[in-house]
Amino acid sequence: MATAALALGDDALVLSHRLGEWAGHAPVLEEEVALANIALDLLGQARSLLSLVGDEDELAYLREERSFRNAQLVEQPNGDFARTIARQLYFSVHQHLLYGQLAAGDGPFAPLAGKAVKEVAYHRDHAEHWTLRLGDGTEESHARMQRALDDLWRYTGELFEPVEGLSVDRTALREGWLAAVTEVVERATLKLPDGPQTGAWTAGAGRQGIHTEPFGRMLAEMQHLHRSHPGASW
Amino acid sequence: MVTTSAPRETTSRESAGHESAPRGATRLEEELRALAGAVPDPELPVLTLAELGVLRGLHVTGPGRVEVELTPTYTGCPAVEAMSADIERVLHEHGQAEVSVRTVLSPAWSTDDITAEGRRKLQEFGIAPPRPTGPAGPVMVGLAIRCPHCGSTETTLISRFSSTACKALRRCEACREPFDHFKEL
Repeated sequence: MATAALALGDDALVLSHRLGEWAGHAPVLEEEVALANIALDLLGQARSLLSLVGDEDELAYLREERSFRNAQLVEQPNGDFARTIARQLYFSVHQHLLYGQLAAGDGPFAPLAGKAVKEVAYHRDHAEHWTLRLGDGTEESHARMQRALDDLWRYTGELFEPVEGLSVDRTALREGWLAAVTEVVERATLKLPDGPQTGAWTAGAGRQGIHTEPFGRMLAEMQHLHRSHPGASW
Repeated sequence: MVTTSAPRETTSRESAGHESAPRGATRLEEELRALAGAVPDPELPVLTLAELGVLRGLHVTGPGRVEVELTPTYTGCPAVEAMSADIERVLHEHGQAEVSVRTVLSPAWSTDDITAEGRRKLQEFGIAPPRPTGPAGPVMVGLAIRCPHCGSTETTLISRFSSTACKALRRCEACREPFDHFKEL
């Protein structure tokens, strides 16, 4: 159970931090607020999940890079708005289906999943609408959205790898995800990437603690206050 | 507006401020529950915690010792800590030395848990109340959302997220005023 809680908790924590980086930089005020709200939901999930494993603050602020078990997709830098939306689309569709399955079961994650699945439905809705607007928008937004989908595609396979202690129907998860993503991408006049979903270099080893280069810098920023002032509070 | 789906053991959907006590509650528990339930929501002070439907249970476990169960509206809702502190303070003031507030996630809170009185107050405060969610899922698009200022149903969505996670931002096409909508969950 601890392995699974850490994997799901780290996914939520890391993506929450990435989305928080948009604060002060989003293209319009409404998006600033939307991304911060999504980040807050994810942070709430992370707190619940990490608390199942140990002290949430220690786990978030005092672990080294190699101890994080998040999928590599969520640690990818925000890039332009299209890239953030592509990451949101891939992840929120996955998380919505995953939590839906967990909520329907009676495992240790059912209470949290039952709560969070309703919130994630809004994250997914947000990502799908933006994919449509950008894909079926201007030439420039279309090109950027396509590039973002292509660039992040190789990190999506990891979402369907088995995780110890996580009892889900992975085939249904994968098929449901592919059908949902394909539907939105095509409606947005975009093309579903056709490259491999994993395997290129180290893509897909986040659950084993192997992370991509930008993650170290993200952690440095996320952890430096806590490490510089141990026990500080306000 | 009050729906009757998914019966729950420890909460009541009776109208505001008159929550019927759970079976087996003592008079003291009823009294303390009313006090805790009357605490205003820190982000929407027009609503009490009872009207918001987040107070799940209150048990006296010994002399001067109380356990309270609170459920968050959203998993990451930062108001939960303020709610807990306020409940503790109120119960301390009423002679309870040891108050512990526990957060429970299941069954998940729904906007259907907001009482009829709570909905009326939201509307009065300028926030369009949530529509009933029904069993099919959280996002229902069929019913129009009425402008809380002029009552027109000609309103459009500006953003799915507003000043807090629980609200969406809309604009009224009739009176042109933007307003918050407590979105369905």
